[in-house]
Amino acid sequence: MKTPVVLVTGFLGSGKTTLISRLLERPDMGETAVIVNELGEIGIDHHLLRRVDERTVLLASGCVCCVLRGDLADELRDLLDRRDAGEVPHFGRVVIETTGVADPTPIVMTLLSDPVVRNHYELESVVATVDGVHGLNGPESVKQVAVADRLVITKADIAAPGGRANLEEQLARLNPTAHARAATFGEVEPEWLFDGAARDPRDIDLVRGPGHRELDHDVRSCVLYLDEVDWTAFGLWLTMLLQARGQDILRVKGFLNVGGDGPVLVNCVQHAVHPPVHLDEWPDDDRRSRLVFIGRDLDAERLRESLTAFDRVARS
Amino acid sequence: MCALCGVILNQHWAEQDGGRRARAFRAALLDRVLGHFGLSLHDWAGSVYVLRDRKGASVVVQDIGAVWSEAERLLGRPLDPLDAALVAELSR
Repeated sequence: MKTPVVLVTGFLGSGKTTLISRLLERPDMGETAVIVNELGEIGIDHHLLRRVDERTVLLASGCVCCVLRGDLADELRDLLDRRDAGEVPHFGRVVIETTGVADPTPIVMTLLSDPVVRNHYELESVVATVDGVHGLNGPESVKQVAVADRLVITKADIAAPGGRANLEEQLARLNPTAHARAATFGEVEPEWLFDGAARDPRDIDLVRGPGHRELDHDVRSCVLYLDEVDWTAFGLWLTMLLQARGQDILRVKGFLNVGGDGPVLVNCVQHAVHPPVHLDEWPDDDRRSRLVFIGRDLDAERLRESLTAFDRVARS
Repeated sequence: MCALCGVILNQHWAEQDGGRRARAFRAALLDRVLGHFGLSLHDWAGSVYVLRDRKGASVVVQDIGAVWSEAERLLGRPLDPLDAALVAELSR
């Protein structure tokens, strides 16, 4: 069984450390290894705390977003070896805290691509903390929100009610696939954060409505609704799209009706693609394909026309 | 896994449906799309693809992820699936 990994990201001062510290205090958290860039305020007690120096490796392909975190892959492999050898306490989960300005994409790419890491670890969810008082803070925090499966709006006790409502609306527009919850001093139920949101089909909640959403730091989200789509045509189309516009497409997540009993769950973070999951059944009565795109310069109608054209060729 | 590079992968995510028929179908689709740009693609022995331009230049490509970057290299320009002319031709 793979060890689940939770990635906690969020801008400087947005409450990542407080969130993790509170979670680790809870008796139901189990044994957790925590990987951080800076040792400091996290209370560890019976948990395992490891520090890494951020070291990125640019792949020979030169694909800029496919930078790997060599330090993290080394650390995760080392943890496995040491756990097997009994040199470190047993742990059943890993929490990785990023730096405030970090782009979480290389970490996701590392977890999905390193041959050893992806065979022993599984990305459970990406959690982003958002400062409930100051809100989003530049392109780094916009990207962190786009990549997230769960959003924790911190400092709920001191945020103005109107301001928080605006922030929640802003986050819903930016990433309609991520569920958000407000918290004070990091008080969040662990099961809400650690329920496998990255791979859970029930997690895609588009009740906030389809169509284009307003610009947010030049990043917008849109939802594509289609009927049945040929899987081969989709794979071809998406790889071509990500080659052409991968720098601008921060996230793709959704269901695809490929004609089977259940849909295929698609989840991409820029060029990092989670292994597609063929589900046995649909989570609801809606049988349409529905894909959320988050990025810059997105036009849902152009995306839909293009994918439809590829699909038509596959069926002709 | 990287949608593009295909590096570090045993098998590209878009090619996990396996089987020779699926691979042949995929190669035919790729050839159809690439044809719009003056390129052709053939499956070679079910293991790699061979990508060619009209001047006779060819390149061996490992998987679907690398097809687009190699095609761009041959053409010297990006290939955009949202290109209106491509969409119009595929829709005919």
